[in-house]
Amino acid sequence: MRDVAVIGVGMQKWGELWEKSTRDIFVESALLAMDDAGVDSLDAMYIGSMSPGLFTSQEHLGSIMADYLGQKSIPSTRVESACASGGVAFRMAFMEVASGMHDIVLAGGVEKMTDIGGSDATHALATAADMQWEGVQGVTFPGLYAMMAVAHMDKYGTTRKQLAAVAVKNHHNGTMNPRAQFRMEVTVEGVINSTKVADPLNILDCSPITDGAAAVILVPADMVKKFKKPGVKVIGSGHATDTIALHDREDLTTLSAVTEAAEQAYRMSGKDTKDIDLAEVHDCFTIAEIIVSESLGLFERGKGGPAAEVGETSLKGRIPINASGGLKSKGHPVGATGVAQIVELTEQLRGEAGDRQVSSARVGLAQNMGGSGGSSLVHILEVM
Amino acid sequence: MVVGIVGYGAHIPRRRIKVEEIAKVWGADAASYKRGMELFQKSVPALDEDTITLSVEAARNAVARSGIDPKDIGAVYVGSESHPYAVKPSGVTVAEAIGATPDCHCADFEFACKAGSEGMFVAYGLVKAGLIKYGMGIGADTSQGAPGDALEYSAAAGAAAFIMGANEERIIATVDETFSFMTDTPDFWRREHQFYPAHGGRFTGEPAYFRTVTGAVKGILEKSDLKPEDFKYVVFHQPNGKFPKRAAKILGFSFEQIDVGRLVPWLGNTYSGSSPIGLTAILDVADPGDRILMCSYGSGAGSDAFVFTVRDRVREVRDLAPRTRWLLDENVTYVEYGEYAKMRRKIRLADK
Repeated sequence: MRDVAVIGVGMQKWGELWEKSTRDIFVESALLAMDDAGVDSLDAMYIGSMSPGLFTSQEHLGSIMADYLGQKSIPSTRVESACASGGVAFRMAFMEVASGMHDIVLAGGVEKMTDIGGSDATHALATAADMQWEGVQGVTFPGLYAMMAVAHMDKYGTTRKQLAAVAVKNHHNGTMNPRAQFRMEVTVEGVINSTKVADPLNILDCSPITDGAAAVILVPADMVKKFKKPGVKVIGSGHATDTIALHDREDLTTLSAVTEAAEQAYRMSGKDTKDIDLAEVHDCFTIAEIIVSESLGLFERGKGGPAAEVGETSLKGRIPINASGGLKSKGHPVGATGVAQIVELTEQLRGEAGDRQVSSARVGLAQNMGGSGGSSLVHILEVM
Repeated sequence: MVVGIVGYGAHIPRRRIKVEEIAKVWGADAASYKRGMELFQKSVPALDEDTITLSVEAARNAVARSGIDPKDIGAVYVGSESHPYAVKPSGVTVAEAIGATPDCHCADFEFACKAGSEGMFVAYGLVKAGLIKYGMGIGADTSQGAPGDALEYSAAAGAAAFIMGANEERIIATVDETFSFMTDTPDFWRREHQFYPAHGGRFTGEPAYFRTVTGAVKGILEKSDLKPEDFKYVVFHQPNGKFPKRAAKILGFSFEQIDVGRLVPWLGNTYSGSSPIGLTAILDVADPGDRILMCSYGSGAGSDAFVFTVRDRVREVRDLAPRTRWLLDENVTYVEYGEYAKMRRKIRLADK
């Protein structure tokens, strides 16, 4: 396998982009990434998108996006693993470059979620759960993560305030990210008193519905000097699955796919949890960030909540988590999220993250997740 | 030629249903509607009330305040999204009831919640052109929200009527400027034979209501060379309590300026009647010389904006008919959801 590096990243502002189509928002971000890398042609591309059919009645994204990006005729594939689709696209591009098959490969992600109403969007997202055993019973994701939260609170004493602390931190970080959807501060009291969604989760515990895209360009590490920006090396990649249905798990308070994917990535990279300078994790709900941070091994089981509460995961904390604002503040266009995490890590490791720059960042970890943890990807990137 | 309002009147059904009563039925969180939308209750029309009867009541109040002979009213326009008949005019029934027929032009307007201000604008224009002596524009609705839908908490009933004229002695408030702002923006719609409207959720906010209302207000301020602080009162279309407050903040108006006309927390959204009823509440208390800005909004989407200046005569006529705040606050009967469902014909009866 060849060593692989990220050489260009692109991402436009996320939000309710009603004046733009899926292809508009993808192409804008992809062109930014190509410009950042200084390339005008690609060898191949992968696009993570969870459900363009349900969200916009359009499938076959691989060909459309290649065509509208001016790259018609290259191999271009849409990949899907629910909210981890972007992470899978990145891993596919990584493997394609590592294998020697191609040299310049784009990994992108896109989701246009606001062209349908809220209940239709909730249904589309719910298809990432087990429709036969969960969906038809009426369970949607806020309900599933609420059950995980209740179990975590019951087993470890995690508190409502600790959940809120995750949202407060991520929104604070998001105020410094010009591409974030919700650039506003929230308070612990504000989160606790916000509208109930699924007990104990309130609206400010939940990531939003978002239109957005992100793209990165991967090349062989030994070609990096040919491009205009410093490369960031992909030193670890892990991908694992778990039962899609929550009730098939022995323990609701941990995410085994996250742990398994992390172990693969740590092994490949030769790094340990203590080597990680910052992490972008899949905080689709506040409880998710707490459980993921524990499942990655960054904190002991049951310590994720207290760590968030005392500021260990803040920008100046021991291990900054979601410097970008996370899914909570930055937005969560499901297929794009995994790629946007790579965009953030790359900018952080290049020292280009502005006010939210994590000082002395050399090694970053990205964790992307599908559904209630039925799939997860972990990537580790390092300054070259 | 100076043209202005020579008579105005409102009507609001006496029945109300509280947000808690609706939320209880659907297992929804009433507190979040009250806090998030600033909706507390809404008016409910009885079985024998519809857009025509509400319009007649409001029109009679307008005639009473104007002191004119109804035979001199050369046009009656009813704007509504709930005309009782698909084919058969509302306006002619209202005109007949107030004694304005047969020498009268009647038409029904429809532009979602903007239809009332359209009637006012056209009546004003015809008077200004010298084609008629007086013209009446009415905004009235008995709007329906689908059971359980967010709209059910706001869709209410009410009417307001305005008589436009050029008779200097009778003008209550002059029309100083008008401006309309329209774009093809599909945020809310109902096809023929559909009972309940559909809407684009959050799309009804930024790209629809706020873009249109702010566009119309900025347009009329520029056209009239006026600034927000030049107005004593401002009334916007009010689909909920939050939207007009936010529009005011964006445009640089204070809460005090919109407070008197913002009736929606206790009235609900009366659709075509919304900003017109708010204007009646302002005329009930305004002093001579006060300048008023009104801006309607109709999905689809458009806004009509007006600048009015109040004249002395308002003090002579305002108590010739019930004041709007009295209609809203006094003699109120609260109904339970079952009665509401019956009155709004949400219960399917046995086929006869």
